[in-house]
Amino acid sequence: MANFFQVLIDAVALGSLYALVALSIGLVFGVMRLINFAQADYVTIGAYSLVVPTASITPSLLFGALPTGLMIAAVVITVTLLALLTERIAFRPLRNSNPTTLLIASFAVSYFLQSLVMLLHGGRPKAVSIGGSLTRAVEFAGIRIPGVQLLTMGVAITLLLALVFFLKRTPIGIQLRAAAEDFQMARLLGVPANRVIAIAFSISGLLGGAISLLYVIQTGTLDIRMGMMPVVYGFFATVIGGMGSLPGAVLGGFIVGIVSVLLQTYLPVDLRAFRDAGVFGLVILILLVRPQGLIVTSAAKERV
Amino acid sequence: MRHLRFWFPVLALAVPLLLLVFLSGQFASAGVQRLVTEALIRLVFAVGLYIFVGNSGVVSFGHMAFAAIAAYATAWQTCCQMLKPITMSGLPAFLRDNTFPLLPAAITSVALAGLVAFLSGLILMRLSALGASISSLALLFILNVVYSNWESVTMGTSTIVGLPIYAKPWIVLGCAIAAIVIAYLFQVSRWGLALRATREDEVAAAACGISLYWTRLFAFTVSGLVAGLGGVLLAHFMGTVSITSFYLSLTFLIVAMLVVGGMRSLAGAVVGVTVISLVIDILRRAEAGLSIGSMQLSMPPGTQELILAGIMLLILIFRKDGIMGGREFQWRTLPDRGLSQGESSIGNQRAARSEFVSLEEPTAKRS
Repeated sequence: MANFFQVLIDAVALGSLYALVALSIGLVFGVMRLINFAQADYVTIGAYSLVVPTASITPSLLFGALPTGLMIAAVVITVTLLALLTERIAFRPLRNSNPTTLLIASFAVSYFLQSLVMLLHGGRPKAVSIGGSLTRAVEFAGIRIPGVQLLTMGVAITLLLALVFFLKRTPIGIQLRAAAEDFQMARLLGVPANRVIAIAFSISGLLGGAISLLYVIQTGTLDIRMGMMPVVYGFFATVIGGMGSLPGAVLGGFIVGIVSVLLQTYLPVDLRAFRDAGVFGLVILILLVRPQGLIVTSAAKERV
Repeated sequence: MRHLRFWFPVLALAVPLLLLVFLSGQFASAGVQRLVTEALIRLVFAVGLYIFVGNSGVVSFGHMAFAAIAAYATAWQTCCQMLKPITMSGLPAFLRDNTFPLLPAAITSVALAGLVAFLSGLILMRLSALGASISSLALLFILNVVYSNWESVTMGTSTIVGLPIYAKPWIVLGCAIAAIVIAYLFQVSRWGLALRATREDEVAAAACGISLYWTRLFAFTVSGLVAGLGGVLLAHFMGTVSITSFYLSLTFLIVAMLVVGGMRSLAGAVVGVTVISLVIDILRRAEAGLSIGSMQLSMPPGTQELILAGIMLLILIFRKDGIMGGREFQWRTLPDRGLSQGESSIGNQRAARSEFVSLEEPTAKRS
């Protein structure tokens, strides 16, 4: 039974993390019809901003050396600025293009940023340790929970709730949701396009920064492809949930995270290495039953 | 004359390639010949991807999966008879204990790639264009995870060595021209035209009775076959097969080639491969080190990708349809009639449509 609870907590922690990633992708997709591959590199660059750019594999700390509060602020601000910069330079000129062009453009931006990191930091994985005290396990009602899991879950759920509050209750959040639902209608009703898009990108940058910190605390390593996997899971979460639907993105994130943890736990040891393939396979099966995703929005169908 | 006009777009691509291979065979060093062969293999990949992406307007990131499947299939059949029972003990007995002749091995491998493309297409093509793009990426990941971990059959992430090396320039050229011919015949066939119609306007095409699903699935299968051919060639060019070489970098490279040349025409695919191959070669030399006078300059690793991605972005922003702008090399001395009419009428439709859109622009614009 205790084991079951541990699995459950793992599942919720990972699920809420993926929900955050999916939400940051879903927001940008909603307002721009852009599937942003570069989200992966926001996470990577956020993590790399902790250390000084050298080719060394145990680099000295840059932002990582700051006190916790400042460190978090510095990383999040860096990533947010980066997100806004990519929007301004690469995506704004393409705003009227079709989604396929935008997809390819974000693929190119992602590759650009990834090579930039490689250029500055070298291609080899690096070790970095921050938040060491958090890796201790916490005993709670007979269950041992790693502190990192608690932190991830706490941060992810707090951010998720804050974001829901922001989207539901503040004027800007409501504009954002309206724009995600039907961008043109929202503009006709006076929602400023540049501002909502910038806000969507800032949120995706902010979440990217938070995710990168959680990730580094968990793994203690830096790798130029580190953002890839969570963001790819985030993509599938948005596809499962129904593209353009924000609740769908969160739901999809939880599904992907929970399935991933369940497969990790209950697959026979020999097959565990194939877990990712299992998750992706399941994604495709869900799509087989519901090609439009679980929550279908009006935006899913092209209007004539 | 009619034949000449029909085949001109193919000839305009094939003859320069033929000359290139002939001249490099006569005058160039072995290193240059190798570069030409490598570029021609990439051409097979790019044309393979073009068959689906160019005609349907749906991007696929999954085609390297089909290339990998074919490369491994040919490795299982032709590689290292002595070592196979030890290194790849999980293979079925008939594969493990026998070595097959090269041509049947190549054909079955390509067919396997086509079969996998067809089966995965059955699912992927049901999705919307964007959903299919993302899910094709899932396909690439699934294959990568499976082949990297299926130690007893694929040797995991280690490299299979000792494949017979038969992909010489002329053989690769033959395959490249075959790929171009297949792509051309497909795009002027009724399936190709129907698919191009769906690319321009899904709803209108569906209203004309075109099945989005079957036209896309057909193209996806053909395109998977050609990608498989590229995989076989690459395996027998390198003499080695490794799953890591069929992953995101190659995918990125091939997509970049299509974008730069222009993914809406066959000529665009070929021009893109040529241009990017040249750029890569120059950058590769620069990365190895360049001496100007007494100064020794060399670019750090990663520069090549950085510049390629930069070029791709610039093309997307300033010349969205690539260098060729979606045109083929056409036979121009006679008025357009007959077989090329289908092509030009789609062009006209597009012009008419874009005019229509531009009238709507004030409300449709998103800036």
